[in-house]
Amino acid sequence: MEKLVEIQDMTFRRGERIIYDGVSINVPKGKITAVMGPSGIGKTTLLKLIGGQLQPDKGDIRFDGQSVVKMGRSQLYQTRRRMSMLFQSGALFTDMSVFDNVAFPLREHTRLSEDIIATIVALKLQAVGLRGAASLMPNELSGGMARRAALARAIALDPDLIMFDEPFAGQDPISMGVLVKLIRELNDALNLTSIVVTHDVTEVLTIADYIYILADKRVIGEGTAEQIRNSDSELVQQFLRGEADGPVPFHYPAEDIKASLFGGE
Amino acid sequence: MTKYRVELMVGVFVVLTIGAVLLLALKVANSTMTSEGDTYTLYAKFDNIGGLKARSAVKVGGVTIGRVASIRLDQEDFTPVVELSIAKQYEGFPETSSVSILTSGLLGEQYIGFQPGFSFDGVANLQDGDYLQDTKSALVLEDLIGQFLFSRGSDE
Amino acid sequence: MRAIQQIGANTIDKVAAAGRAGLMLFGALFAVPRPKNIPLTIHQVHVVGVQSLLIIMVSGLFIGMVMALQGYTILVDYGAEGSLGPMVALSLLRELGPVVTALLFAGRAGSALTAEIGLMKATEQLSSLEMMAVDPLRRVVAPRFWAGMISMPMLALIFSAVGILGGHLVGVDWLGVDAGSYWSLMQAAVEWDKDVVNGVVKSLVFALVVTWIAIFKGYDSIPTSEGISKATTETVVFSSLAVLGLDFVLTALMFGIE
Repeated sequence: MEKLVEIQDMTFRRGERIIYDGVSINVPKGKITAVMGPSGIGKTTLLKLIGGQLQPDKGDIRFDGQSVVKMGRSQLYQTRRRMSMLFQSGALFTDMSVFDNVAFPLREHTRLSEDIIATIVALKLQAVGLRGAASLMPNELSGGMARRAALARAIALDPDLIMFDEPFAGQDPISMGVLVKLIRELNDALNLTSIVVTHDVTEVLTIADYIYILADKRVIGEGTAEQIRNSDSELVQQFLRGEADGPVPFHYPAEDIKASLFGGE
Repeated sequence: MTKYRVELMVGVFVVLTIGAVLLLALKVANSTMTSEGDTYTLYAKFDNIGGLKARSAVKVGGVTIGRVASIRLDQEDFTPVVELSIAKQYEGFPETSSVSILTSGLLGEQYIGFQPGFSFDGVANLQDGDYLQDTKSALVLEDLIGQFLFSRGSDE
Repeated sequence: MRAIQQIGANTIDKVAAAGRAGLMLFGALFAVPRPKNIPLTIHQVHVVGVQSLLIIMVSGLFIGMVMALQGYTILVDYGAEGSLGPMVALSLLRELGPVVTALLFAGRAGSALTAEIGLMKATEQLSSLEMMAVDPLRRVVAPRFWAGMISMPMLALIFSAVGILGGHLVGVDWLGVDAGSYWSLMQAAVEWDKDVVNGVVKSLVFALVVTWIAIFKGYDSIPTSEGISKATTETVVFSSLAVLGLDFVLTALMFGIE
């Protein structure tokens, strides 16, 4: 199977704190790969590493065979045109209408005439069901609509890779369903490769072709949805069932409470 | 539509700035006499220049014809030498012209009063770099009072 | 021991911040200008320049009027009220025009720039630009920087002109100073290259400093509501102090030594 993104034995630390310790992840072309894990594990950081916005301390990250880590600035910018990222907040430009937001990457990176841009934007907005909202400003959109508009912007340049950062967080069941459907359909229709970073287990298990579960600075489980469900790893099962305590401790590492309260008795 | 409005407002901003520059240039600043280049230089030696400064005006009957370019002390006879830069359009003053240091009003700033001399045969015109021979120094108030007291004393 | 460590760490932080500020300015200045960025810059001139116009003109008018009033009461004792024109014009052109404009600009436009860029950072718009292969220095920082550099001298000139008219209003129309002497003595005292041009040079320097601080504080802010509010306050405080300090240095260089 051809791989679009390969992360090889990557270590990343922020200050003194180690975020990732020897993580390896492969993203096959044309598939939806999900990366799951508890909050605060640095899943957004992983996407920024793939996009070359952050540099790993050790290991390599490859996009379509080329190392993102070793790329020069202009090559990195060329490569980024082939990937796009859907931020948790949508990150729409608040000073532009939805139409201009979607048209933005086209105007920046192509020399298409305004007529053609208008057509492309209409098609992209149609794909996410927001053609009627083209003239609205981002602050007039609901959270789910903003995320769909951002999705239209993310696919404006027909990228090879889309990275979704917590696409389902804080969505009502209907817009969650809409997003799940959109991610699956767009991936198949546009022959995209998708990376979905999330902690919403049920949604992801329905659409992901391959799943990685991150915890404790490393990959604790991987496989197809079926394999994950039947995994015998305690960690994976704790995560799937959402148990409060288990291999992933409820408490942030601290000295024993008795010792700390009663001072070494 | 909004884009047009933005451009219009920036245009208003530019027009206002041009208006401000025009006001400053035409009504506020004396840009006419500062343009160097079309001037010629005369020198004058004074015994005492009082409060004269570089850039003080040189006037003929109240009309400004130039400015004091610099003031220095002659190394041989230790008298102040004033370099006058006069506009080219005021040329041809006779050699007999005189200069004196005057004060505009009681507290005003000091300037050089230029008195064109009589022109008759055998008197050449002042050329670039010439020295004015006939100079009257600044009036120093302390000296005047001293003289006044002295003359009172000698009368009695 | 702890305190010394803290001082050392703070110093290193400050030096690193200065380095980041320098790199940002470098990136913004030397980002190759593209024709696409000209409309963006015009838009920003509207935001930082045109929208500051009203406060600048009103302040200029009142400062000119107050100076005429104050100057008149002092000068009239010496019978020198004719010198009101030079006094108003010189103080405005040399000092108050550039300085007060820069202070108002820092409060009105500088704080807005910091908050805007800080919020763009907090809402991941800057990150998102980068992921779209658009350099935020070129797309966001450079137009705002150039707009500040263009707007500030224009605002300072307008401020001085309005102030001189305000002085005329009070001095001539109200207190009865002779209009002829107001203008002619002003003309005799004010020199184009020394006073007007030096004032413009001053406000260019202030524009550089204020815009730079404002943009950097936003760009370098911690992307939380508390971080942005702190950055905005720091913009106003730092740029006001920088303007007043630099004003002394510039005045000493320009007018101090004959």
